[in-house]
Amino acid sequence: MSKQEESLFTNPILKWVDDRFPLSSLIKDHATEYYASKNFNIWYIFGVLSMVVLVIMLMTGFFLTMNYKPSAEDAFNSVEYIMRSVEWGWLIRYMHSTGSSFFFIVVYLHMLRGMLYGSYKKPRELIWIIGMLLYFCLMAEAFFGYLLPWGNMSYWAGQVIVNLFSYIPVIGETLTEWIRGDYFMSDITLNRFFAFHVIFLPLAILGLVVAHILALHHVGSNNPDGIEIKNYKDASGKPIDGVAFHPFHTSKDLVAIIVFLILYFAAVFYAPEMGGLFLEVDNFEPADPLKTPEHIVPSWYFTPYYAILRAIPNAALGAVFLVAAVLLFVFLPWLDRCSVRSIRYRGWQYKVALFSFVVSFIVLGYLGMQPATGIYVLLARIFTVIYFAFFLLMPFYTKLEKTKPVPHRVVYKK
Amino acid sequence: MKTKLYIFSLIAILFFSNSGFTSSSTEPEVGIEAISINLSDVKSLQRGARNFFNYCAGCHSLQYMRYEQIAEDLNISEEQLLDNLIFTDKTPQDLVTTNMLKEDGDRWFGKAPPDLTLVTRRKNPDYVYQFLKSFYIDNTSPTGVNNLTQDGTSMPHILWLLEEQMTAEDYNRFILDTVTFLEYVGEPIQQKRKSLGVWVISFLVLLLVFSYALYKDIWREVK
Repeated sequence: MSKQEESLFTNPILKWVDDRFPLSSLIKDHATEYYASKNFNIWYIFGVLSMVVLVIMLMTGFFLTMNYKPSAEDAFNSVEYIMRSVEWGWLIRYMHSTGSSFFFIVVYLHMLRGMLYGSYKKPRELIWIIGMLLYFCLMAEAFFGYLLPWGNMSYWAGQVIVNLFSYIPVIGETLTEWIRGDYFMSDITLNRFFAFHVIFLPLAILGLVVAHILALHHVGSNNPDGIEIKNYKDASGKPIDGVAFHPFHTSKDLVAIIVFLILYFAAVFYAPEMGGLFLEVDNFEPADPLKTPEHIVPSWYFTPYYAILRAIPNAALGAVFLVAAVLLFVFLPWLDRCSVRSIRYRGWQYKVALFSFVVSFIVLGYLGMQPATGIYVLLARIFTVIYFAFFLLMPFYTKLEKTKPVPHRVVYKK
Repeated sequence: MKTKLYIFSLIAILFFSNSGFTSSSTEPEVGIEAISINLSDVKSLQRGARNFFNYCAGCHSLQYMRYEQIAEDLNISEEQLLDNLIFTDKTPQDLVTTNMLKEDGDRWFGKAPPDLTLVTRRKNPDYVYQFLKSFYIDNTSPTGVNNLTQDGTSMPHILWLLEEQMTAEDYNRFILDTVTFLEYVGEPIQQKRKSLGVWVISFLVLLLVFSYALYKDIWREVK
């Protein structure tokens, strides 16, 4: 009964709990004796920020369901009812709508961190894969949630995305009908999207978050130098370059969380529409199956993929490229042949490639919001090529890299 | 470190900047004069409410808005509300709907007059202001007028007589009050939201100071 001897508590109630539940060992394993590198930089805050946004979304979403009505007849009205007649309803709703955009901002930056420092490489491939599953669930969650206000852009953007399934040969049309539960986007569709949005996907996301963190704590966190801090331990077996997650990283994360909340609440209180990016103007009128918006545009966080879809002249092929663009991330651990993790010590090839990729992602995001005409289509094609080249040529250019010598100990300047 | 901060702030700017990313679906056909709306001007809002209920409410509803909320937010007593703003059998607790049936509206105007609760959010206040000022005589149109901002509009120039009788300055004021009222109706808590934000963010800034001190103190021993 070694766990009991190691109890953190002297309080009899907590000791009672400790005898029956691994409280002390959980706290030790995941907080006070989980060691992570002391040289984490600003890129290392986006994981915890994703968790903060997740909690905000779960809590505000919970309260929204108390007054939201998932029916084609009432959905739009109930959202306006929340905005006007429910006590603090407007704040809860703006926190939820702004939260979805901030979720993607922090998740995209979190993914970029992984790509900068090779966090997907052995032995962290599974953390990366679970993370990608989380990203797919998040996209589905955002897509289902986007339909719920039943605004005109919700309706039509939802229509466009559901129709992507109709490009699947043979079963496409039937499948699309099965997803909608109807011949067009209707009350039935709205109802099932609501079920996905509030039950299925939040549960899946929570489960995956737990798996993501358990896997991380099993192999240990990477760091900006991309080296294992476990290789250098002191007499008591603690990594010399590591500091305990709590109180060190928690106190650092707290600063980051508050800075994040300042930016987030600045948007909630002063720019909840963000010039039509967070709340689209077309969504201020109820869904109208007879009135197509001038430009159907999905939410900004999907526009890079939307631009890829439209860049391909053939719609079915475009859908294939769209799916490939999302899925390719999963294979990064095997596409990358370079033995060095961190960009700090990698050759110019990867630096150029990653920079081009980030630029192409942002430019495609912009192009996805523009009408698919003239120069925009040409640009979208060029940047689609760059996007795919980053992944598909990776096995070749990463092999050619001349890497710099990697230090044995992490670089830490006080 | 410097270059990284620079890249990071560049990304942040890209994410936070509105310009260039804004969808252009409300782009007008004629130049639109930017107006400045002051939602804290209660008198202007009251005049706007008067204008709306006297000139617009016959055809246009504010179906997500209740009379009593307007009265409460605009410092209008229940008595004043019943005497001056409610001309039907409605009670203050009712939503501001119109008595015109949709079928009648469709028949009379080709398309029933739209609800205006969210018009300033769907379009924008500048657009609504410009629209109300851009009617011109067009004998080919069934209503005898057309509109420069929205060509082929089925709305007749309700304010024709007012535009004739009033000075340009008074008429502009009249329209501005009405649009100010509609902007308020679009998001009744807008003022509250902006004033509350200052407190929330100030609190967080204060918290930031303490959390930063805590972080520095805890990390002092890390070499």
